[in-house]
Amino acid sequence: MELPPKVKNILLLDSEGKRIAVKYYTDDWPTNAAKEAFEKTVFTKTQKTNARAEVEVTALENNIIVYKFVEDLHFFVTGGEEENELILACVLQGLFDAVNLLLRGNVDKREALDNLDLIFLCIDEIIDGGIVLETDANVIVGKAGINSVDPNAPLSEQTISQAFATAREHFTRSLMK
Amino acid sequence: MAQPLVKKDDDHDDELEYSPFMGIEKGAVLQEARIFNDSQVDPRRCSQVEATQVFFSVTKLFQSEDTGLRRMVYLIIKELSPSPDEVIMVTSSLVKDINCNIEMYKANAIRVLCRIIDESLLTHFERILKQAIVDKNPVVSSAALVSGLHLLKTYPEIIKKWNDEVQQGIHSRSSLVQFHALALTHQIRLNDRLAVSKLVGSLTSGSVRAPLAQCLLIRYTSQVIRDMSNHGQSGERPLYEFLESCLRHRTEMVILEAARAITELDGVTSRELTPAITVLQLFLSSPRPVLRFAAVRTLNKVAMTHPMAVTNCNIDMESLISDQNRSIATLAITTLLKTGNESSVERLMKQITNFMSDIADEFKTVVVEAIRSLCVKFPLKYRFLMTFLSNVLREEGGFEYKRAIVDSIVTIIRDIPDAKESGLLHLCEFIEDCEFTYLSTQILHFLGIEGPNTSDPSKYIRYIYNRVHLENATVRAAAVSTLAKFGFMVESLKPRITVLLKRCIYDSDDEVRDRATLFLSVLGGDDTVDTDKDSKEFLFGSLEVPLVNMETSLKNYEPSEEVFDINSVPKEVKSQPLAEKKAQGKKPTGLGALPAAPSSGFDGYEKLLSSIPEFAAFGKLFKSSSHVELTEAETEYAVNVVKHIFDSHVVFQYNCTNTIPEQLLERVNVIVDASEAEEFSEAASKALNSLPYDSPGQAFVAFEKPAGVPAVGKFSNTLTFVVKEVDTSTGEAEDDGVEDEYQLEDLEIVAADYMVKVGVSNFRNAWESMDEEDEHVDEYGLGQRESLGEAIKAVIDLLGMQSCEGTETVPSNARSHTCLLSGVYIGNVKVLVRAQFGMDSTKEIAMKLAVRAEDVSVAEAIHEIVANG
Repeated sequence: MELPPKVKNILLLDSEGKRIAVKYYTDDWPTNAAKEAFEKTVFTKTQKTNARAEVEVTALENNIIVYKFVEDLHFFVTGGEEENELILACVLQGLFDAVNLLLRGNVDKREALDNLDLIFLCIDEIIDGGIVLETDANVIVGKAGINSVDPNAPLSEQTISQAFATAREHFTRSLMK
Repeated sequence: MAQPLVKKDDDHDDELEYSPFMGIEKGAVLQEARIFNDSQVDPRRCSQVEATQVFFSVTKLFQSEDTGLRRMVYLIIKELSPSPDEVIMVTSSLVKDINCNIEMYKANAIRVLCRIIDESLLTHFERILKQAIVDKNPVVSSAALVSGLHLLKTYPEIIKKWNDEVQQGIHSRSSLVQFHALALTHQIRLNDRLAVSKLVGSLTSGSVRAPLAQCLLIRYTSQVIRDMSNHGQSGERPLYEFLESCLRHRTEMVILEAARAITELDGVTSRELTPAITVLQLFLSSPRPVLRFAAVRTLNKVAMTHPMAVTNCNIDMESLISDQNRSIATLAITTLLKTGNESSVERLMKQITNFMSDIADEFKTVVVEAIRSLCVKFPLKYRFLMTFLSNVLREEGGFEYKRAIVDSIVTIIRDIPDAKESGLLHLCEFIEDCEFTYLSTQILHFLGIEGPNTSDPSKYIRYIYNRVHLENATVRAAAVSTLAKFGFMVESLKPRITVLLKRCIYDSDDEVRDRATLFLSVLGGDDTVDTDKDSKEFLFGSLEVPLVNMETSLKNYEPSEEVFDINSVPKEVKSQPLAEKKAQGKKPTGLGALPAAPSSGFDGYEKLLSSIPEFAAFGKLFKSSSHVELTEAETEYAVNVVKHIFDSHVVFQYNCTNTIPEQLLERVNVIVDASEAEEFSEAASKALNSLPYDSPGQAFVAFEKPAGVPAVGKFSNTLTFVVKEVDTSTGEAEDDGVEDEYQLEDLEIVAADYMVKVGVSNFRNAWESMDEEDEHVDEYGLGQRESLGEAIKAVIDLLGMQSCEGTETVPSNARSHTCLLSGVYIGNVKVLVRAQFGMDSTKEIAMKLAVRAEDVSVAEAIHEIVANG
């Protein structure tokens, strides 16, 4: 029996239910098609609810899903049927606050795509293989947040940061197509 | 943006690669990017081919000192999970990072290393990892501990040696290190029950403070409690106090965990439950949806086993019916319907009515189903529930929802005779404006059966005849059939129905015209008894042959002088030839398989038995037992039996399965020796003609017994058959067979077989409504038993009665208990039993049994059963 609290997946979808960043920690959805189908069901089921002020919760296919929306971003954290929903909510709040800090309050799809690397790092710092690693947003940001454009950085690094920025732009463009 | 995950990660890699190589290999990288974009066609191939390449490019990035970049490198290595050869490439870089003094590098390098490591490398780096566990920095320590948790699954032996270091972590000041260390410590000792219990015992005194670690400790504690009771250490629960103290923790997460742990304790007493229910009740009115959901979900589960404990929360629960979050609202309603008593039904219905209009169909369906069960529970309240159902029936809604409502009304009409007339009228009104052909035809059929038996059948005619004018052909045809049933059953209506049917013979649809003409001739026929019986059979009888067989026979019928004879249609369900079946895979699916397994359950059995001519005259089926296995599992032939009890007969239904692919069994029969059952004499038997591999069939044997007498006896059974070898490649059986027999286990008819479990909603009312004069009381000693619960279960099994009001569950350390039972005895005699149990210090159990029955002799019979049991 697996006793430590387990997170099955973390989903970040846009306002049409399309993926922005997702990470699965179990084999409940073995194929990409199964994952996409799950995301679609979750999105449709929660779409009409108002999860902007408070973290909302629902049950779906023997899973408990907690979620919160902001602008055109939908955050979801899924756990098993027996899981303590407050632990899941705590993970979700950690993720949500960390993303908010990283994006300096401008939390929307565009910003999220521009900083997709940071969001992936953020998810990586919250959960490791399904086990809660950290839930305090400030600590998460401290570990994931890297000030890429630091005016005091040495010249050699500056170029790299600039290159990074250009790359990001290129990446966004290719995603937006 | 619709790219699959793998693809996105690759894009991601691309972005990273892009920066360091800028200016040098811009063209190449761009080209690579283009490949990635094309790869939407086949992302997997792309990722595999490119993975190695990307991996090598990425490793070059170790040269960069940029922290962000370094983090992305770690992430990519984890995602790519390189092959062993490639691992060598990065380990040295990772180890360098682990040994450096930048903590962020350190922690992440550990996590990456543990993800890609193999056994030899693990032993090599063990020292470094052990050091990391006791690192001053919590981030590093957590990283090492969590990695340990993952590695434990693959290399338990190595990780177990880290025990000392891990235990230091439990006393760390960082809350997450505490949590991870506790999880790993427990996981290391997982198979050592004593060690776990020691661990829990030492920690419950209060050294763990972090919420997550506390939650974990609660889970371990309830596991230890469960283990202890499994190993016979019942009675006191020293650890319960710890759980209760957690209810006063400052974080809600821990409170919820503890409350849930208490409600899930085996045999929890109401005294233990109370504090947990109290905190959950507070959560019900929390502004946070997650908290409300958690509380109502837990209480819903408690309501299944301890409905009384939850009633205190009913008022808070009622306000949740209108909760914005529909999951919460639905859970609240189902909980209320479980705990509600007769007096609260009206108020509850009013609440539900208000919010029905603004929820989705799927929730409405759940509510309607809950109401149906409520109606069965409180028959006296049918008027309210029926009004509610007819109101919602008139509102907008999809097919599934409407069907649930119609089904509920039909159930209520069947179960509560008083509700019949009003219910039928509601249905009539519904079909006046019903857009679903399926529902219209179903209701018309139902009207045809129930309508003629009401006090004033004529009032339904108008509704039915309207269908003939206003609906599509399918509904019109159904309406014609229904009209004919009225005409046939109600003599006074016959002339009027004939007039109406005559109008239908000019219908534009041929099926409608055909039916009208047919029924006209049936109705117009002379009134001799013979035709009367035939037409009755024709109108109301069910089709006695399986539809599949009917279809094949009709297809095979060639138009000729000879009239198609329905008796030529085989009544037995043929399984498909073996060869054909093989082609479809092991089990046949769809129509071919469905009739092979006739629906069990009482209705299914009743239909099955009445379709067999030999048994049709036995009258109404009183009770069917559950399956009794007559063979061991995994023998050549699997046989189980169902006992069907009639007033003066007993029918054994032997369900046989042949589990040998190389054999075909024919003329399968069961020879029953009833020498130890004196009151029974064999009346009829029905052999099974053919039993191919893996498609179950039934053989029947019927016995006659004195009418209305609960005769008991023991029967020994032998299966006889003719075996034919089957060539499994062609599926053909040889022509010659060998006779053989197979010994089955004995079968008994016991007194409980004559008792049907029928619950009563209010035991006290039912008890008091029976004559006190007829009460029979006696006392029995049940001898030494393991526990009270076991003794009670034995008595319930012996009597075969329904336990009422949850009295079959006994608080774990109770010394006395009262159990309430109800049932219907053969001859439709209602029986109520009140059994008081007491246990002394030597576990000797005494029972005082009070029986009230509508018939004194039955009450005596019950005592006799117990005395002989």
